[in-house]
Amino acid sequence: MAVETNAAPAPAGHSPAVTWRDRWQTFRLSAWLGWQVESNWADPLLFAVYSMAKPIASALILVIMYRIIANETAEALFPGMYVGNALFMYVGALMFGVSWVIMEEREYFQILKYIYLSTASMYWYLAGRAVAKFLITTLAVVILLAFGAAFLDLPLRLSQVDWGLFATVFPLGILTMIGLGYLLAGVLLISARHGSGYVESVAGALYLLCGVVFPLDVLPGWLAAAGKVIPVTYWLEGLRRALLGQSFAQALAGYSDGQIVLWLAISTVVTLGVSVWFFGRMDHVARSRGLIDQVTEH
Amino acid sequence: MSAPLSVDVQNVSRQFVTKKGQTFWALRDASLQVQEGELFGLLGPNGAGKTTLIKILSTLLLPTSGQARVAGFDVVREADKVRRVINMVSGGEHSGYGILTVRESLWLFSQFHGLPSKAALARIDELLEVVGLAQHAHTRINKLSTGMRQKMNFVRGFLNDPRVLFLDEPTLGLDVETSRILRSYVKRWVKEKPGRTILLTTHYMAEADELCDRLAIIEGGRILACDTPANLKRTMQDEVVLRMEVYPSLAEPQRLAQLPGVLRLVPDRGQNGHQVLTWGLADDGVIGTVIQALQQDGVRILRLEKADPTLEDVFMRMVGRRLTDGNGQSNHSA
Repeated sequence: MAVETNAAPAPAGHSPAVTWRDRWQTFRLSAWLGWQVESNWADPLLFAVYSMAKPIASALILVIMYRIIANETAEALFPGMYVGNALFMYVGALMFGVSWVIMEEREYFQILKYIYLSTASMYWYLAGRAVAKFLITTLAVVILLAFGAAFLDLPLRLSQVDWGLFATVFPLGILTMIGLGYLLAGVLLISARHGSGYVESVAGALYLLCGVVFPLDVLPGWLAAAGKVIPVTYWLEGLRRALLGQSFAQALAGYSDGQIVLWLAISTVVTLGVSVWFFGRMDHVARSRGLIDQVTEH
Repeated sequence: MSAPLSVDVQNVSRQFVTKKGQTFWALRDASLQVQEGELFGLLGPNGAGKTTLIKILSTLLLPTSGQARVAGFDVVREADKVRRVINMVSGGEHSGYGILTVRESLWLFSQFHGLPSKAALARIDELLEVVGLAQHAHTRINKLSTGMRQKMNFVRGFLNDPRVLFLDEPTLGLDVETSRILRSYVKRWVKEKPGRTILLTTHYMAEADELCDRLAIIEGGRILACDTPANLKRTMQDEVVLRMEVYPSLAEPQRLAQLPGVLRLVPDRGQNGHQVLTWGLADDGVIGTVIQALQQDGVRILRLEKADPTLEDVFMRMVGRRLTDGNGQSNHSA
């Protein structure tokens, strides 16, 4: 789009097309904005200390609880549990990072309608806003895994990591979480109260169903079946195999690495497709109800 | 040949449902056409339906029925295309990323509109100078006063040089001098930029009168009249408008409103406990009757003038009350 000019604009019926460059620009700007928002609350040193202390403290609580109640069999599951718990931080952070933008921009900054009125694609904008959370979470996960390897006998050796599997599985999972973020963003578009509750509820359900800290095998059959259609389950399984070289759940032990990747890819595509469609529908509902610029102060 | 239409509204209605399940119409069968290059006003009190119409035209709200096109695009089916050629300024808002500076925030939006960064910054600096905010360019938004935020939002509306610009009460809550500067810029912008169109909503009569090429009077969700300010005022030529300042206040103004030849009587509070009466009279001959009636009531006339009709008079005649009745705001403040 051209900058200010005294020339007449294109005649009625003509509108500049949105290109992939525009979408990338939206993503980039949104990521910059997200970083400004995320890193605003403290000075860099305090921010770094908080980023390290919080995940380690949370993990240690879990580790101590686990070690108290664990028998020999359960002890064998410790690496999978520890890695699963560390990686699950991405799920909450990205779902929250993508979806909470709706609430924050509409209610707090009261700017959502102006984003709508720009050429920015909402999908790329929402994904971009989660980049800061992704980076902060990555730092926390790396610290947590290093802490586990150094002090908790976590059998994680960089030389033994299956980097090929890791590089395949990891981004697919990130796409899944962005998709889940779109789903929640759609819900938040048409609601005001209980916004954070929705996100926490979904994160809690995934924590239970996806075999984060215990294998799917211990769940009742129908819950285990539900867990097996959620892409996060395959993402965690794939990453455990890549990082630790071992499976966590008997229910998935029969799957080859290729099958895990295939299921993850299929379920990611389905999740993304459904979430993009759902967000579009909720966008329409929000416009029909006049909710795009509502300020409820909840 | 007439200019192409920038805004075409055909029988647009919008219904809302309250939390108690009651329905009400914010807009009913509204139709209007705005030509390219026009500065068109929507004049009406709070709750008249002005903002609802602006929201529909800017694609933020769907109409319940009817059709609307902006710059040739349907606002429902081609919302994405509409958004690429419009912008909006809403008055009385506190919007903005408090953590960013004024310049950063405006730059961000210039980039969302696809402007080259360098040119955008030059334009931002120029516009900040125009609205008198240049010295606060590097101030964080959360440190700005309401008026300063309003100025910044005003600048944001002009950043992408939109083909159609919606100004929704742009001077709401601003001081007189700032309002004057913004009005002056609006007039200049639409004159100097060929093909640009502005749709302005306001409940300030003076603003509508000063700025608009044409305007629509809207009340209760219905468009009551649509013409140039001069033509609208000309419809008042068949009556005499008389304004007077009296003391003490009339005890029963409605009784005097029943006098023969009195078409309207609108009492208003004046300064120092005085009362301002605006009369709509059938002809000059009724003036004597009015003065006599006031004297009989023991009311002294401190000032009296036969006034040219204003848009306020037009509104009062059409709606039966003052534009600002019920919203507690003065139409003279801007």
